[in-house]
Amino acid sequence: MMRLPPFRYLAPKSAQEAAKMLADHAADEAMPVAGGTDLYPNMKRRQFTPRVLVGLSRVENSRGVSGSSNDGITIGGMTTLTRVEQNELLQTHYPAITTAAALVSAPVLRNMGTLGGNLCIDTRCNYYNQSYEWRKSINFCMKKDGEICWVAPSSKRCWAVSSSDTAPVFIALDAECTLVGPDGERRVPVKSLYEHDGIDFLKKKREEILTEIHVPKVNGRRATYLKLRRRDSIDFPILGVAAAIETAKDGTVEKARIVLTAVESAPVEADKAEAVLVGKKLTEDAIEEAASIAYRPAKPLDNTDLTNAYRKKMARVYVARALRELMRAEP
Amino acid sequence: MPTKTDTKPEGSTPTREAEPLSIIGKPLMKVDAMAKVVGETMFADDLALPRMLFCKIKRSPHPHARIVKVDTSKAEALPGVVAVLVGAELPIPFGILPVSQDEHALSIDKARFVGDPVAAVAAVDEETAEAALEHIDVDYEVLQSIMTIEEALAKDSEPIHTGELHRGEGSVNGNVHKAVSLEFGDLEEGFAEADVVREDTFFFQGNTHLPMEQHSALASCGADGKMTLWSSTQTPHYVHRAMAKVLEMPPSMVRVIACPNGGGFGGKSDPFNHEIVVAKLAQKTRRPVKVTLTREEVFYCHRGRHPVKMWVKSGIKKDGSITAMHFRSFLDGGAFGSYGIASLYYTGALQTVTYKIPRYKFEGLRVFTNKPPCGPKRGHGTVQPRFAIECHLDKLAEQIKKSPLDVRLDKVIEPFSITANQLRVRTVGLKECLERVAERSEFRNKHGKLPKGRGIGLASSSYLTGAGLPIYWNKLPHSGVQLQLDRGGGVTAFCGSTDIGQGSDSVLAYVVAEELGVEVQDVHVVTADTHLTPVDLGSYSSRVTLMTGNAAIEAARRLKPLLLDQAAEKLQVPVERLAMAHRKIFDRDHPDVSMEFAEAVVLAEARHGTLGSTGSYTPPRSPGRYKGAGVGPSATYSFSACALELEVDPETGMVTIHKIWIAHDVGKSINPLLAIGQIEGSVYMGLGEVLMEEQVFRKGVHKIPSMLDYKSPTFVDMPPVESILIETLDPQGPYGAKECGQGPLLPVIPAVAIAVYDALGVRIDESPVTPDKIVSALEGRLRAVTVPEYDWPPPVDVPPMREESSS
Repeated sequence: MMRLPPFRYLAPKSAQEAAKMLADHAADEAMPVAGGTDLYPNMKRRQFTPRVLVGLSRVENSRGVSGSSNDGITIGGMTTLTRVEQNELLQTHYPAITTAAALVSAPVLRNMGTLGGNLCIDTRCNYYNQSYEWRKSINFCMKKDGEICWVAPSSKRCWAVSSSDTAPVFIALDAECTLVGPDGERRVPVKSLYEHDGIDFLKKKREEILTEIHVPKVNGRRATYLKLRRRDSIDFPILGVAAAIETAKDGTVEKARIVLTAVESAPVEADKAEAVLVGKKLTEDAIEEAASIAYRPAKPLDNTDLTNAYRKKMARVYVARALRELMRAEP
Repeated sequence: MPTKTDTKPEGSTPTREAEPLSIIGKPLMKVDAMAKVVGETMFADDLALPRMLFCKIKRSPHPHARIVKVDTSKAEALPGVVAVLVGAELPIPFGILPVSQDEHALSIDKARFVGDPVAAVAAVDEETAEAALEHIDVDYEVLQSIMTIEEALAKDSEPIHTGELHRGEGSVNGNVHKAVSLEFGDLEEGFAEADVVREDTFFFQGNTHLPMEQHSALASCGADGKMTLWSSTQTPHYVHRAMAKVLEMPPSMVRVIACPNGGGFGGKSDPFNHEIVVAKLAQKTRRPVKVTLTREEVFYCHRGRHPVKMWVKSGIKKDGSITAMHFRSFLDGGAFGSYGIASLYYTGALQTVTYKIPRYKFEGLRVFTNKPPCGPKRGHGTVQPRFAIECHLDKLAEQIKKSPLDVRLDKVIEPFSITANQLRVRTVGLKECLERVAERSEFRNKHGKLPKGRGIGLASSSYLTGAGLPIYWNKLPHSGVQLQLDRGGGVTAFCGSTDIGQGSDSVLAYVVAEELGVEVQDVHVVTADTHLTPVDLGSYSSRVTLMTGNAAIEAARRLKPLLLDQAAEKLQVPVERLAMAHRKIFDRDHPDVSMEFAEAVVLAEARHGTLGSTGSYTPPRSPGRYKGAGVGPSATYSFSACALELEVDPETGMVTIHKIWIAHDVGKSINPLLAIGQIEGSVYMGLGEVLMEEQVFRKGVHKIPSMLDYKSPTFVDMPPVESILIETLDPQGPYGAKECGQGPLLPVIPAVAIAVYDALGVRIDESPVTPDKIVSALEGRLRAVTVPEYDWPPPVDVPPMREESSS
């Protein structure tokens, strides 16, 4: 790994100012940086060589958790993952969020890394997350400096893997986020933030800043997140499953969300499996039936840890486990 | 056939008389601990000299390619670039073994793996040097690459080496670096005697050392023409020899200083191209030049664990006696020789040094492939066969319906015996190791009886305490220590030994302090500097405690009489009654009759002049006299046994180790805290190898050369370890000590695979034992390991043993 390439660092006071700076410095390939735990290592490997970085650490009112379980909550995009993990309101009412945040990387990186950063984290691939010299030896790939997707050579698009632990949870909770641009802001579902393309994986405009995440009131919704990885720390997910359900008083499932991560270039929702659950009680049979189709949208390829066949198989196991956890947590 | 020989202790260092030890055996702090903790230790990369230049190395992007042309003109023209170096300027080959002088500092004719160096730049800063690499144009003619043992044996493409650089052995044939065959006793007779004969195949995946410190070297060439190299190396003496050879300088003009190593594990034991490159650049520019490898480049330096395919066939009687063993190994050597010939022999050497194996045959093969060169990693060459043999023995025990513990306990080799392959064994604490871990883990109550998903595994092993022979043939001592006394009561100990974190500087200080009766802080150690210190061959093969320890004892015992004579005269006490401890010389019978150590030094210096002494150590000769007998002998062997309990998730194949019990026959622990540290470190490394680590390649390139993607356990993944020290007081070791830095790694790896079988009933005969393999095995889809066909050479002639007059 090389050292950081030279860049100018701008420190705006507001998100709108930041967005303007990103627009104004488009020619310098300006990028926003929050905690920098993902961007800086990538810059050292020359995945990105922005000549201007717009630092978000001085943006006012960008941190913290507000709201309540009855009204829904708002989390500032610059809230560190450690703060998310330790927030009592979230721990009590939205434990899937704190679980996912606590499973990101390692404590020192969570102290710097932010929730907004985790939602916008670059897609990963072991043909891409390599040094410049390494990538040169395979003649580069389409995500950076090259023409081809090495893990799917006949594919027109890049298959780098969506690697956010928190995104699937927010999608399962039907959360929305605020994006601030130079000329105003908009609010979109977290789900619609992602695109099935390893290069253009975010549907936000490049100058837009993700400032807030809004999670609806709890309304009896129970959610959980399970993460597959080789080691109990540091590693990105090689599969993540977020599941959430709302049930009627008699236990009949009224709403179900099953979202898989790290098995595609975007988080994928297993909607057929969700449909199977609705109108049924969460029994072992229903769980098995849902799990047996939930893994199908998972398209793991040989570009991360462990074999793709194994990861696909584990998608089924993990969906069943996540649903069982929700079954056991029945009020 | 193993023969029982002398039962009485022998050797040069009789254990100390009745006097209690005041320092040896105590859990003292390391002498360099404070500096390490507060960050004062100067590692090679911490060094900076005025006018220093920075070096970067251009490496081949192709696994196998002819170098047609290297054009450096554009790079040379860049502002800030002071010199550019190409292979033709360093035409003399080198390598750690005299028979494998096959490396060039920068490739001249061919690039042999992705990462093979082809050119180097010295510039005013690292960024400029890095940028200049892009301006060096290299024309390659890409050749077909050879990435597996099978491809290497297929001989349908251009061989990686042509053979003229592998002198002596003369056996480079296609891509076969070396094929060996050794036979001890009538194998067929052994198999005929057996009740059960079984064959198994295994694969041990390659993995790398992953030291925290990346290799770094700084060279400075003085106006007097003398060259100084500071380097993170485990073997300054061998680097010294290689530097003198390649730079065509008299050895007296070259000084190599090994900086404290931030971990080595065998990965800093070769003379390296980057060391020679900065020296040459320092000569060219007349300025100091430093290089520090990136983590990715450390993966390309490698010299780590060979991937090895193995086949083993053994006969066993119903009572558990092994009647014969036939072992074959196929080593994937990577692009260069490195220690490979030794690695190859080691894959067949220590099979016999645990349980009684009366008849034994070994056939082994090492091939070249277009990957970073393999070499010595902790447990050098014995880790792979130990995995195979322990798993194989577990299967044999099951087949004869005997407890795997009893099979091992009943057949432990005899102390002070000679093995079938003519290795002389001294004290053997293996039985006690096995008994202790079995007792602590409640093995008998648990094995085969735990609920599904939970399992217990047991394995044992042995390892060398220092290679019996040096890397290059000579009759010189393997380690030397020089002592110098100062009038204030301080002692300076000079020794070529190299502290790689294992604590060799501390051991040297402890031994000298013990012998001369001073405190550890009174001993100043000066080590690993070829100008200042007597030769020690280096920190490899677990040799330093035994060899420098013995050399230090000899040096101290030569000084002692000079001091004791003065004290006897002054105190009016017979010399025989005097003892030394805690800075005092005193009458053993009347301890209050005493004098200060420093006073005795002053009196002795007044009488004799400047006080100093030297001591040295050479290991005893081994009885084996056949070709190949040079690899395996050691002054004495350490023994280890490991039991571990784990849980496997039958759906995901994820393994959780609950507890590890490990007992190690350390002979005598010089410092139990350091010994346990070495054991725990070995356990950690073993777990990494068996559960995760893989040096794997895709499209001819290392697949994952980073510390994020090359999976190695973090401390979160480390289970509790109970370390048990067994002391057998070996007559060869200082105070009875044997090694403890490598041996304890060995049994951990097979114990995991064996425990997985106990938990779920599936055999994973290849490392690493990963969740996807376990799931495949549970589904019956894990394929057995295949080994290639090979036309083995006839076994070498093994003459009968000659008893040595002095052993």
